[in-house]
Amino acid sequence: MNIFVLLKRTFDTEEKITISGGKINEDGAEFIINPYDEYAVEEAIQVRDANGGEVTVISVGTEEAEKQLRTALAMGADKAVLINTEETSENGDQFTTSKIIAEYLKDKEADLIIGGNVAIDGGSGQVGPRVAELLNIPYVTTITKLEIDGTNVTVTRDVEGDSEIIETSLPLLVTAQQGLNEPRYPSLPGIMKAKKKPLEELELDDLDLEEDDVEAKTKTIEIYLPAKKEAGKVLSGELNDQVKELVHLLHTEAKVV
Amino acid sequence: MTRKVLVLAETRDGSLRNVSFEAIAAAKTVAEGGEVVGVLIGENVSALGAELVQFGADRVVVVEDEKLKQYTSDGYAQGLLAVLEKESPEGLVFGHTSLGKDLSPRIAAKLSSGLISDATAVEVAGGNVVFTRPIYSGKAFEKKIVTDGLIFATVRPNNIAPLAKDESRTGEVAALSVEIKDLRAIIKEVVRKASEGVDLSEAKVVISGGRGVKSAEGFEPLKELANVLGGAVGASRGACDADYCDYSLQIGQTGKVVTPDLYIACGISGAIQHLAGMSNSKVIVAINKDPEANIFKVADYGIVGDLFEVVPLLTEEFKKIKVHS
Repeated sequence: MNIFVLLKRTFDTEEKITISGGKINEDGAEFIINPYDEYAVEEAIQVRDANGGEVTVISVGTEEAEKQLRTALAMGADKAVLINTEETSENGDQFTTSKIIAEYLKDKEADLIIGGNVAIDGGSGQVGPRVAELLNIPYVTTITKLEIDGTNVTVTRDVEGDSEIIETSLPLLVTAQQGLNEPRYPSLPGIMKAKKKPLEELELDDLDLEEDDVEAKTKTIEIYLPAKKEAGKVLSGELNDQVKELVHLLHTEAKVV
Repeated sequence: MTRKVLVLAETRDGSLRNVSFEAIAAAKTVAEGGEVVGVLIGENVSALGAELVQFGADRVVVVEDEKLKQYTSDGYAQGLLAVLEKESPEGLVFGHTSLGKDLSPRIAAKLSSGLISDATAVEVAGGNVVFTRPIYSGKAFEKKIVTDGLIFATVRPNNIAPLAKDESRTGEVAALSVEIKDLRAIIKEVVRKASEGVDLSEAKVVISGGRGVKSAEGFEPLKELANVLGGAVGASRGACDADYCDYSLQIGQTGKVVTPDLYIACGISGAIQHLAGMSNSKVIVAINKDPEANIFKVADYGIVGDLFEVVPLLTEEFKKIKVHS
């Protein structure tokens, strides 16, 4: 089975965000595989181990994403592809990224494409479904279970807390929701092997794309931090009185109940 | 410039979801005086059209088919694309719900358009329609504009105030006949886990538990409080990792991002990962045994104490208020 994973390099979830020069300050920040994409890598490896085939991990971004791609290879993926967009990625949006990925995938005869359901930095969750539409294949988002039998696929999808059991077929694109699996940690032998696994680096030219073809349709005009909250009121006194006071405050001062 | 803006309305258990009215309000801003057209897709949904008009839509287009009884990307895309072809709007607004997140990127790809997801505000400034949206799970915000083509956005529930309902407003509710072809993904079964509660993303009140809840049973007092307040129960990653509850309840950078009117954090320490999912709630209450807990830094009101003592007392006290009002 020919399996592809869409992977994004993102800020660590525990990082504090600061802004300098109108942009998110990346100096000294830790970067990780987007957590939802980690589920995607794990699921791809499990599907391959059960059905045979090959897992290729793709990332669109800068050279720095090589580290996260190596991590995915160390987890057990077979090959990695970095589509280096340098300047384009600075101004690119989800239209840009999905067009590049779809262009790369269009002649790869992918059976299964797995991505995270959302990236924790930009948070738009667009790229997966956009790629599926561009490739004209079905997709299911926010999945928590994937069962493959030949070309028949049964997927469990998280829908705001409820679950839908969906029947569909390969080729298919799915996006991972938390709960899909427990991503493995790369083993030491895995890390050693990953260094020798193929990591192909491509540019727009290699995909016969011009900058104009992938020019963003949207533009960020300002980035800012939320206003700092003033310290709240920690109540004191007998517990019973505190509770009465709290309810009174919520009712009359904050007026939320 | 005035624009024609379409709004995809959404139903749940046969009623319109609140976020649809919020989307109409957002669409009014995008339209700059132009026409706002509601779109209803489903089976036997046309009766809901009048309510969309009462909340500000000028008219409503309805696509009905038995294949559209449940949301599927294939079915809804066919219905909506037919409406888009007929109406040729300059703007399109969805709710940023499970459905909106699933369908909007596909429609954007099909139309080769941009899409601004998860907007929490919309305004017209400097000749542009400017959307505000959280990034890094609410640790920062960006203002974004569409530079080319259709102005397409999804709006986060609970953030844009709906217009006041005007029962005297009337408008055309017209059916559009669309032949819905085969669906490539079919829903075999829906397992309702969230049905007993209110949907987390739309809840006005969220009662959330962390490691301090100590067990699955420990969530019971939180559920009771949520019931009294008509709210939903959420959890921190710690509580989910410890198997006290389902991951579908997780609030945080991984998990759901919520912005209710009232967020009550019970036994939650307040890791950055959790704060990212709830710090933009309007009013935050923290209940924690540890007076040094980080959660108190973002809380508007705090009680230092054992949640198993405080929460039941709160429930009783809120009951009294509910009886009076």
